Amino acid sequence: MIQLSEVSKTFPVRQKTGRLRRGRTLVTAVDKIGFEVSPGEFVGYLGPNGAGKSTTIKMLTGILSPSSGRVRVAGLDPSRRRTELALRLGVVFGQRTTLWWDLPLRDSFALIRHLYKVDQRRFAARLAELTELLDLGPFLGTPVRQLSLGQRMRGDLTAALLHSPALLVLDEPTIGLDVVSKATVREFLARINAEEGTTVLLTTHDLGDIERLCRRVMVIDHGRVAFDGTLDELRATAPADRTLIVDLAGDGVLAGLPDGVRLVRREGPRSWLAVPPDVSAASVVADVARACDVADIALREPDIEDVVTRLYRGSPAPA
Amino acid sequence: MVSTWLLLARTWTRAALQYPATLAMLSAGVVISTSLDLLTIVIVFLHVPRFGGFEPAGVMYLYGGAHIAFALSNVLIGSADRLGEHIRTGNFDTMLIRPVHPLVQLATEDFSPRKVARLVPSCLVLGWGISRLDLSPGDLLLTALMIVNGTVLFCALWVLAAAAQFVLLDAAQATHVITWGGEFTVQYPMSLYAREFLYAVTFVVPLAFVNWQPSLYVLGVPDPLGLPGFVRFLGPVATALLCLVAAAAWRTGLRHYRSTGS
Amino acid sequence: MVYALVGWLSFRRHSAYLAASIGATVSNTFFGFLRAYILIAVWKYKPDLGGYDVLDAITFSFLTQALIGPVQIFGGLDLAQRVRTGDVAIDLHRPADLQAWWLADDLGRAAHAFLSRGFAPLAAGWLVFGIVLPGPAQGAAFLLSLLLAVLVGFGMRYLVALAVFWIHDARGVEAIIRSCALFLSGMLMPLVAFPGAVGAVVQALPWAALIQVPADVYLGKRQGWDLLAAYAFQAGWALALLLLGRALTRAAHRRLVIQGG
Repeated sequence: MIQLSEVSKTFPVRQKTGRLRRGRTLVTAVDKIGFEVSPGEFVGYLGPNGAGKSTTIKMLTGILSPSSGRVRVAGLDPSRRRTELALRLGVVFGQRTTLWWDLPLRDSFALIRHLYKVDQRRFAARLAELTELLDLGPFLGTPVRQLSLGQRMRGDLTAALLHSPALLVLDEPTIGLDVVSKATVREFLARINAEEGTTVLLTTHDLGDIERLCRRVMVIDHGRVAFDGTLDELRATAPADRTLIVDLAGDGVLAGLPDGVRLVRREGPRSWLAVPPDVSAASVVADVARACDVADIALREPDIEDVVTRLYRGSPAPA
Repeated sequence: MVSTWLLLARTWTRAALQYPATLAMLSAGVVISTSLDLLTIVIVFLHVPRFGGFEPAGVMYLYGGAHIAFALSNVLIGSADRLGEHIRTGNFDTMLIRPVHPLVQLATEDFSPRKVARLVPSCLVLGWGISRLDLSPGDLLLTALMIVNGTVLFCALWVLAAAAQFVLLDAAQATHVITWGGEFTVQYPMSLYAREFLYAVTFVVPLAFVNWQPSLYVLGVPDPLGLPGFVRFLGPVATALLCLVAAAAWRTGLRHYRSTGS
Repeated sequence: MVYALVGWLSFRRHSAYLAASIGATVSNTFFGFLRAYILIAVWKYKPDLGGYDVLDAITFSFLTQALIGPVQIFGGLDLAQRVRTGDVAIDLHRPADLQAWWLADDLGRAAHAFLSRGFAPLAAGWLVFGIVLPGPAQGAAFLLSLLLAVLVGFGMRYLVALAVFWIHDARGVEAIIRSCALFLSGMLMPLVAFPGAVGAVVQALPWAALIQVPADVYLGKRQGWDLLAAYAFQAGWALALLLLGRALTRAAHRRLVIQGG
């Protein structure tokens, strides 16, 4: 569905080099990136701000042409055959709407039907289906500018999917959404991917999106792919401490901590212990249970956020 | 492309009609501002019997022809002028991901029927000018062709101005020189201007072919530059060349487009 | 003082848009040439029309193009947009005077527009036509007149912006007022060329204080007591418009308190 090989994008930037002189320097936003996405995949595309995420997305959708390298999306060269590609592609920008600000949602959809040449019967069926899935009914007649962010995002998703594209590209679709809207959007995306086989590429800063949705994660940093694999592999690449939460019975004292395990926090009878990746959690539990009177014990896997933070910082994974 | 243009224009018109009072006022504003230009010409004729060598009827013929062509081009594609703004807001990215030529989307974005109101005073003025001139059916046909050609020529200028905004971005207002400035230039007899300027608007930015050259023929006036007679009919050639330049400029601009920020 | 700071920040804010200033200047200068050629045709035939000679008329074309920026003849006030979106409620609850705040902001803008966009049209006119350049005294007299013109312009645009409180969608009204301002200020044709009684009427309206009067002062057409009369005319309109603005601000405040924005 997507093939990139040796793709770079550089921007000439004018910079002040002296008091009056200005020099042109080339800034490399994307540096010889290469990856493939197969049909039906759900891929999360992560990276800190300025890493080259948006530039990649814009090259995939034909908004920008690459400085060098080869891009193919659905078999097409995006920047050369943008219009053709648009018919097979759905794009959602979380930061701005692709809907018409002053038009009621319903009119925006009708326009999109014409622009994308979807026939009336299929359009009606598709709209009914999406309306139900995303619960658009109550605000179909409302101009876009009066919609809440969550409603607008649901409208944007519908607009991007009315023509049943094979590939859906989402640029931070959950940004600024409340918890309920986020859940709706996530559930919807998972369903579109599973039931219709739509390939989805998602950029986000919300790691909840990734954990809930993406089977495959790519991390881009400084214009290069820093990681490409499954979520579990990502965890393994940059392992972080697990947390053991111990509740003591009565007013006992925590004892018997093995080497390497640190006490992070303590509140009344509850203690938080950091367990490094090379220490077996089971043995820690056994040791603690032997040494003191434990009421309850729980183990929390490292947060994906911790993992990604470490990856961004480039901290080397312990061998 | 035509049907898409019509569809988008109709949709925007419907949106504009949601505020009928505003639309009426905006249309009135357009009519008033165009009519004030006319009042200026009236004041000129209070002081001089001939303006640029033309009597009122000739001046109004030139003015009407120029304004109709410009108004039509403005209706068709004038909104392309706002490309710089759409690039700044990121709206242009959205246009690029739709399966419709971005120029068609630009041309119709925020389309308002008030632009059509511009045609009202222009048509009246041209009608008045023609009624005062003794024109043959052939002349009238030529007038119609002149307006069609002028419209296409102005459309090419809008595209050229939009293409320049890929580079100029914030300095987009400089492109008004060839669009709004073009309208201002051709609404008066060009004999008013210095020879160097006249050469420039004949051979560099061929504004002289919007109405001036054909009008010289229709009104039977010699060319102040002394260009040979066949030049009066070169309008379509000039327009075709300008269209090629505009298309090339647009394509180059789009290739060098760098989307903003995140 | 806070208003001086507001003005300075506004000046700085506008300085950030260098490219926009250049674009506007190119356009302003180009139109200066076209307008000059039109006036040349008229003044060649009537060399002393309205007390101007040909060179005065040419100078008028370029000078008034230079005034477009500072006097903001084509534009409104950003305040209108804030009224439309309701953000003005924030402004009204600041412990500062709304009108003074926006006046300071507008003076900063005008100062920047004059410095960045004022000189190019004049320089072009001087290079090609050798237009009239004022001496130091005349120049100073003109600057005072320009300041008063900016005050009058602000007074009018402030009223239009506040009108948005009462008119649901004021874009149409703004468009009409703008067109009239263009014509009645002398931007299209110097008011001295308007015939008889019409000329007398338009020269007494506030729009004359925007373009025609500063141009007359620049050209040295108003000297001695007449210069004072010109100032008095501008200052009178400025005062009247600003006072009207104050009354309207109070009314807007009441309306906001009652209707809650």
